[in-house]
Amino acid sequence: MADECLFDFLHMEIVSHMYTEQQSSKGEMDNKDRAVCVSVLESMGFRVGQGIIERLTRDSPSFKDELDVMKFVCKDFWTKVFRRQVDNLRTNHQGTYVLQDNKFSFLTQLSSGKQYLDQAPKYLAFSCGVVRGALSNLGMDSVVTAEVSVMPSCKFQVVVQKL
Amino acid sequence: MSRQSNRTTDSKKMNSELFTLTYGALVTQLCKDYENDEEVNKQLDKMGYNIGVRLIEDFLSRSSIGRCQDFRETADVIAKVAFKMYLGTTPSVSNWSPAGDEFSLILENNPLVDFVELPDNHSTLVYSNLLCGVLRGALEMVQMAVDVRFAQDTLRGDNVTEIRMKFIKRIEENLPAGDE
Repeated sequence: MADECLFDFLHMEIVSHMYTEQQSSKGEMDNKDRAVCVSVLESMGFRVGQGIIERLTRDSPSFKDELDVMKFVCKDFWTKVFRRQVDNLRTNHQGTYVLQDNKFSFLTQLSSGKQYLDQAPKYLAFSCGVVRGALSNLGMDSVVTAEVSVMPSCKFQVVVQKL
Repeated sequence: MSRQSNRTTDSKKMNSELFTLTYGALVTQLCKDYENDEEVNKQLDKMGYNIGVRLIEDFLSRSSIGRCQDFRETADVIAKVAFKMYLGTTPSVSNWSPAGDEFSLILENNPLVDFVELPDNHSTLVYSNLLCGVLRGALEMVQMAVDVRFAQDTLRGDNVTEIRMKFIKRIEENLPAGDE
């Protein structure tokens, strides 16, 4: 059983590696490079999310509806991946959900306030991918974005894509 | 109550799966980014080194291990305390060289490789090379230069996973020029 902090260290190093690699080939990062890094991290998270949700829901019965799925994500899934539950779930009942986590595990060590706010997106990309991957394997195609205004609180916005 | 305890043991195992899956995603991404396995091995070692130099702080603050007197003690601490604390497995220490500067860690099970199979076109990939970097980085922070490599790997068909560690030298602390 791997220790929790190993995952934190690994995540930090993955983010750092992706950004250094992108930077070294160009010399200076522009918005396009940043977008590439974010999308690579997000796609890694996607694969992980798919795997995790498979293991987590192996023995559970199927979900009644979308809201049921989101509640599961906010409680069991969030506990497993981010070691706490989502503090607040809001929805417009038309496919958009906002999950608010007031002590997001990857941000607690960065700052508690406005310092390093511009660095926060790097550490959220992977997590957005994990959520998107999990939802995808539960049958919900979605777009997941995250925003931070005050660390370590952050809001994940999930917009479910209707076919 | 029993459901509660199921949850906690499950959650510890789950975190291990999270780590394993993330590591797998990382190796896959590196294989896509770099053309050959040698490069990937090098990158994994480098990343492991960066993790190791930080992990040692966490280790020293959580265990109350003092300074090791010799390399044998170091080996025991690595196997019985560090591996147990971080990976939940205790490798055995064996194959000491006559000079006492080289030994092997034999791991019966390696949590990094749960669910993993190496495809044929990556036969020279050292999948768990991150571990070598971590050990190297961590020991460098406690003034030991070591060489770490995988001698056997279950992913490549061997029965056990064997990590070979060789002591190179003690790193002297360098005082900045101009001090005393």
